[in-house]
Amino acid sequence: MSLHVDAGQPTRAPMPPSRRHVRPRPGRSFMTWLDLKAAPYLLVSPYYLLFLVFGLFPLGFTLYYSFFDYDLTGTVEWTGLGNYTAMLGDAAFWKAVVNTLAMFVIATVPQMLLALLLANALNKRMKAQLFVRLGVLLPLVTSVVAVAVVFTQLYGRDWGVVNWVLGWFGADPIDWKAERLPSWLAIATMIDWRWTGYNAIIFLAGMQTIPKDLYEAASIDGASRRRQFWQITIPMLRPTMIFVVLNSTIGGLTLFSEPTTFYNGNVHGGTNSQFQTVSMFIFEQGFREFDYGYASAAAWLLFLLILIGSAINFLLIRRIGGNK
Amino acid sequence: MIANSRRGRLLAVAAVAALALGATACQSDDKGSDTASGGGSSAAAGPVTITLQTFGGGKNFGYKEAVDKWNAEHKDIQIKYDNLTDQFEQVYWPQMIQWLQSGAGAGDVVGIDEGGMGLAKAHPEWWADLGEFGLQNRKNDFAAWKWENGVTADGKLFGLGTDVGGMSLCYRRDLFEKAGLPSDRDEVSKLWPTWDDFIKVAHKFQDKIKDTKFVDGTNTLYNVVLVQEGAKNGNVTYFDKDNNLIVDKNPAVKTAYDFAQKISQEGLTAKLRNFTPEWNTGMKKSQFATLGCPSWMLGAVSGDGGAGPDFKGKWDVAAVPGGGGNWGGSWLAVPKQSKHPKEAAQVLDYLTGKDAEVSVFNYAGNMPSNVQAQQDPAVQGAKNEYFNDAPVGEIFAKSAASLQPIFLGVKHAQVKNAIESVVSAIDDGSVPYANGWKKLVDDAVKAAG
Repeated sequence: MSLHVDAGQPTRAPMPPSRRHVRPRPGRSFMTWLDLKAAPYLLVSPYYLLFLVFGLFPLGFTLYYSFFDYDLTGTVEWTGLGNYTAMLGDAAFWKAVVNTLAMFVIATVPQMLLALLLANALNKRMKAQLFVRLGVLLPLVTSVVAVAVVFTQLYGRDWGVVNWVLGWFGADPIDWKAERLPSWLAIATMIDWRWTGYNAIIFLAGMQTIPKDLYEAASIDGASRRRQFWQITIPMLRPTMIFVVLNSTIGGLTLFSEPTTFYNGNVHGGTNSQFQTVSMFIFEQGFREFDYGYASAAAWLLFLLILIGSAINFLLIRRIGGNK
Repeated sequence: MIANSRRGRLLAVAAVAALALGATACQSDDKGSDTASGGGSSAAAGPVTITLQTFGGGKNFGYKEAVDKWNAEHKDIQIKYDNLTDQFEQVYWPQMIQWLQSGAGAGDVVGIDEGGMGLAKAHPEWWADLGEFGLQNRKNDFAAWKWENGVTADGKLFGLGTDVGGMSLCYRRDLFEKAGLPSDRDEVSKLWPTWDDFIKVAHKFQDKIKDTKFVDGTNTLYNVVLVQEGAKNGNVTYFDKDNNLIVDKNPAVKTAYDFAQKISQEGLTAKLRNFTPEWNTGMKKSQFATLGCPSWMLGAVSGDGGAGPDFKGKWDVAAVPGGGGNWGGSWLAVPKQSKHPKEAAQVLDYLTGKDAEVSVFNYAGNMPSNVQAQQDPAVQGAKNEYFNDAPVGEIFAKSAASLQPIFLGVKHAQVKNAIESVVSAIDDGSVPYANGWKKLVDDAVKAAG
């Protein structure tokens, strides 16, 4: 077996022609073909099959039904672009878009900075290095719902710890679920609690690929630690940053669990949709109002939103350190 | 080479597809034989498990004792009692509709609130025919309207009544005393023949006591006033009997909304939305002193999720201002997808029967819709220990006989959901009072469309 695999490897070394053009014995040819040509496809196929069933098919299905007025408990009627035009004039949809973008910015910007600083700190020599590095990943292994339940208690209007502490400074209690900006802040802290450590570890991995001699050379030239961070670490981290930011963009724009749990599992996102995200809007239209067509159209608009958001962030991050 | 590799790719895909097909074929074979043996003879070895799905806060449907009794007596049919959530319109019913529509996931016996019955009746294909299992003979056990609501548009019996709403007002005796108000239930009832009187009492209370509000929030009493006013306006609330949305035309809705706005504006509410964790905590922390109480609400208060055992004897039950009203009440039905419809119907028959409904009443306080149970001395003479031995049997049984059924449209649950969000939003300040009514009508129209 191993012989065949070796023969199939695309190596630069020229093969002896005699070996290459040996006519395989009949009967063995199928096995050889299976081994050399088909096996790799067979081995990677589960992913593509699953993607086909759970990714591509729903995508197409959603697109198809976004052109219909499809009531789960009623009729299915063609409306063409009706769902899309209605949605562009739907204040509830735009409110969800604003909520989503606002929570994304409030959560992601501090999260990226914190993760960078954290990674930089973890990149130094220290005692119990592995333990500390693993420690920042701990919030990630707690379930989203558990995090959200705990934070919901912390941000309680009447009996929450946060308002209690604010009370020491004479602040009036804040109704975290009723007011828009406070609700966004509360949800942003939940997201950051969970994801900052994760992103820090990815940044750390990126930092460790930066050659040490760059830092050594910079030290000899008399560059301070801070200068080294900004002019070596950050530019060299660019590929990692692009990955992390795109990942956070997709995660942030499809935000669902935290804000839903924050309001007792209700996808309305507060009495007046103060913190309803686009994902929650889709869920509400599809699985609360049973307007599948409208929900499908919203899902496609969210897809566009993510494409645009990712493109903008990609362009922004690519410029980091590029304009020296 | 190129041609060869392309063919290779094609073949590989074909091979994989064949493998996958084979796997699914095997699976569906298994499934087919499974259902054939399982569905055909459910009397096979091993007990049949009937899943009972309900909703509601605190003691919810109150079946705990009734189910324990059944399970002890019937080794061959075991009931698995699963209360899924405390929220009907927002969580339970949408999930149930998906299960019913997709043909899998629903229990063998499921609870349906009055708000879902319009839609349930319009979909006979979701339900097993209870007539097939001889439940037509239960007709005399129920008031005509309760029975007819369990019959689909094409005349198939699919649901039997569990409880009826009735109406009362729960109040905290100890806090009333502290505020210098009478605490005896008859005297309290005399304090508020009308809702205007109720607001006057509220202000008297609020003048004396600052850290407890008189009312929980806008939503509970909004619903109480709505059903009372609905009964005065042709027994309709959000939809007329042809299923047209009449939120903006029915004076009952405006009156109820105006009342909700008034108690909020005058600072009488603790700004808690009912059936939320904050509301439950509010009961444990004495954040409010009165609560609109249909019979089933007694279980929500006394249950561990609600005020709980610490407040036993501190709550009491008085007459509701404005007299009577019918909020809530549920039905049980057997989804067609149940693998054991016969046994499920047996369980349903038991749970809506006299003994079980009396047991529910004694355990949770839900007023039976079964007429035999209503007339049972154990109900008529019942006192609720938790509510300071209030004669709840007398209070609710008296009103149960004369209840006015409110017509609820096919999309009632969705519209109710949208409206209650607005009614709560004016209370927490996220919608200004001046915009509340307009938003209520707009959102209702959207939810109905």
